[in-house]
Amino acid sequence: MKKSNIIMLIAAILPLGLFLFPLWKITLEAPQYPTPLGMYIHINDFSDANPHDIKNINLMNHYVGMKYIPDAIPEFKIFPAGILITTVIGLLIAFKGNYKWFLGWFILMLVLSAAGMYDFYLWEHDYGHNLDPKAILKFTNPDGTQMGFQPPMFGSKDILNFKAHSYPRLGALFLALGIACSFVAYIVGKKFHKKHLFMKKD
Amino acid sequence: MKNIFKISIGFLMVAIAFTSCNDGKSSKSNSALSSSAAEKVYVAPGEHDEFYAFISGGFSGQLSVYGLPSGRLFKVIPVFSQDPEKAYGYNEETKPMLNTSHGFVPWDDAHHPDISQTAGEIDGRWVFINGNNTPRIAKVDLTTFETTEIIEVPNSAGNHSSSFVTENTEYVVAGTRFSVPVPQRDMSIKDYKGNFKGALSFISVDPEDGRMDIKFQILMPGFNYDLSHPGRGKSHGWFFFTTYNTEEANSLLEVNASQNDKDFIAAINWKIIEDYVNKGGGEKMATNYAHNIYDEETHTATSTMKKEVVVVDPTKVPGAVYLLPTPKSPHGCDVDPTGEYIVGNGKLSANLTVHSFTKMQDAIKNKKFDGDAYGIPILKFEDVLAGSVEQPGLGPLHTEFDGKGNAYTTFFISSEVVKWKLGTWEVVDRQPCYYSVGHLMIPGGNSQKPFGKYVVAMNKITKDRYLPTGPEVTQSAQLYDISGDKMELLLDFPTIGEPHYAAGCPADLIKPKSKKIFKLEENKHKYAVKSEADTKVTRNGNEVHIYMSMIRSHFAPDNIEGVKVGDKVYFHVTNLEQDYDVPHGVSMIGANTSELLIMPGQTETFVWEPKQVGVWPFYCTDFCSALHQEMQGYVRVSPASSNIELSWSLGDDF
Repeated sequence: MKKSNIIMLIAAILPLGLFLFPLWKITLEAPQYPTPLGMYIHINDFSDANPHDIKNINLMNHYVGMKYIPDAIPEFKIFPAGILITTVIGLLIAFKGNYKWFLGWFILMLVLSAAGMYDFYLWEHDYGHNLDPKAILKFTNPDGTQMGFQPPMFGSKDILNFKAHSYPRLGALFLALGIACSFVAYIVGKKFHKKHLFMKKD
Repeated sequence: MKNIFKISIGFLMVAIAFTSCNDGKSSKSNSALSSSAAEKVYVAPGEHDEFYAFISGGFSGQLSVYGLPSGRLFKVIPVFSQDPEKAYGYNEETKPMLNTSHGFVPWDDAHHPDISQTAGEIDGRWVFINGNNTPRIAKVDLTTFETTEIIEVPNSAGNHSSSFVTENTEYVVAGTRFSVPVPQRDMSIKDYKGNFKGALSFISVDPEDGRMDIKFQILMPGFNYDLSHPGRGKSHGWFFFTTYNTEEANSLLEVNASQNDKDFIAAINWKIIEDYVNKGGGEKMATNYAHNIYDEETHTATSTMKKEVVVVDPTKVPGAVYLLPTPKSPHGCDVDPTGEYIVGNGKLSANLTVHSFTKMQDAIKNKKFDGDAYGIPILKFEDVLAGSVEQPGLGPLHTEFDGKGNAYTTFFISSEVVKWKLGTWEVVDRQPCYYSVGHLMIPGGNSQKPFGKYVVAMNKITKDRYLPTGPEVTQSAQLYDISGDKMELLLDFPTIGEPHYAAGCPADLIKPKSKKIFKLEENKHKYAVKSEADTKVTRNGNEVHIYMSMIRSHFAPDNIEGVKVGDKVYFHVTNLEQDYDVPHGVSMIGANTSELLIMPGQTETFVWEPKQVGVWPFYCTDFCSALHQEMQGYVRVSPASSNIELSWSLGDDF
């Protein structure tokens, strides 16, 4: 097996780490929470950073009219399926394909990841802005518009008395490494191909 | 920042004022440069104390939890007395805790806390404490800081030489201060002498769940058994009790019980008696006493009446009990960390008497007896004496140890703590107490491993030490630094009730195990609800049961109709929260009981018997959230003849 194909094989397998480790983590800090509230986002689940954190986030958020974080969302079915399918494709490519296919898989993964991020953004936006009109506490921005409570996509942000942090976790790293590997596989494969052509000319 | 600076300067000034005003005895160690008392007790905001101190409340019937060295009060744990703040003894779940053979006794005189031990060292699992008046021993769980078990002690009266644990918490021991007829019967008080008995009870403690059970009672001569401590290390297996009124007087004891030159320390080899009982020895005596257990999963206590106890006649168990003559009416009975020295604090004696365990064993081996009392051999004073601390002060009461070869004894009459050396018996330091000190406590002082950094003196009188509060002024404790050669008074702090004794230990032993919430899924209360969907109201004759929940910031249900005058309404309220430090309270107008204060995941019940027609509100009594003031509800009470059906709702009117 060619070196580039081995790299591609690794690339295809790495995203499976998403089934073992969380993708993202949102942490909420406030003076009353010496142990911050936190939520892990897995490819197929939300989970507490510490016991009962999601319940307590929901309890906090109901004051400003935010919906409860759902137990399940359609993405929890779509994302795992997407990862499994792309992994299978990746494996097929690793065994049968050449460097051009590696680039194709790389682009596919980039597009899908971007779509996933956008989907995540849409959910966050809805979560932070689609508020119960009977919310107990109603806040407005200085310009008079309704204040939103959307957690940051990436980074840290002050939301009322909370400081919200949103950062990728180990699962996301596995995915990123997988995508990066496929690009490496492409480069290595391409170099090998050029060398091969050159040798043939000789 | 400026304020902190000002306060610090203030502290410094106070410290300088104190140290510089210290009479002629002030030494180098008292100079403001080398030490500042204020600094030593200052625990910065948000920081934690180094030690827990569990200080008894005496006639308050409770146990207070303090931090050392700050002297800050964290919690008053209700033990033997009803507490409307926490609904202990008021709610349906904990009423059985205060049941006795005399019925519901909602008060006691809480005296001597002692922390459980493993291998002679404090393990921080439970605190035991005795109720002196209606003899009881309680166990407080140190994961929840709640009283989880109370056992009544039959054949006992004035349960004072209690509640001290053996080296592996095999037993918690309870001795009677007042001797009484055993079993109780109608007889002339004048026939006390020779007829009354003093019961010393050995209560076994289950090593797993701490469950208590009276293994046996030793029926001793009718003396007063004042205090006790376990042997440890080499003397493990023995227990020592001080006695007074060996005169067996039944009237004007202040005179008549102070006539004998020497009373006794009773040395009990409990291992021999345990063995005797395990082999079927002793006699099963019919009796009646309550055993009350609080279950953490059902959040409910049950009270069981027990009908039998094993009693042992000490004269029938050779080698088990000896009497050590000790001058005069000794109070504290204290064993040093090695287990060799047994200090008898003869409260009317000029000297402090220390017995030697090794010499005691030799004397027993060589049968050097000096007669007997009711068949119990008396050892010769000179044969067991290790030494005396000569003229150390007036009215010695109690001694503890620092683990570095020093002992610290309180003197009630001369109002001071005296430090002396074990073995040489020389006095090395003394510090005044304000005023009339009773017991003292060094964290781990009743164990093989004391933490000899601080001593807490518990005073009987405070007079002018604090701002006056009318004729009844605060009780108090005083903290001394004992890490150096000389003791240094650091702090006065007020206490709840009369602090008879205390137990302390490093905070790290307990802090990590302290529970934050009760898990809702583990709640097995008969009337618990796990979600708002489970809430309901049921009727059974004139009994109405409300299965209610509470979570920020509402009750479910919060509108209830169909209750009638003459009904007995049970509010079974579950706190659905699962977050740290989010209790909710609940109280009902006109309910003849206290509020409930319910921790996350817990269920509690109060009873309301509405007597008047109307619409009556209930509300949350603990400021729980931003919408706490909105956390309320109504119950409609209709006339007894009404036929309005029960109904309940939450949020329907929007």
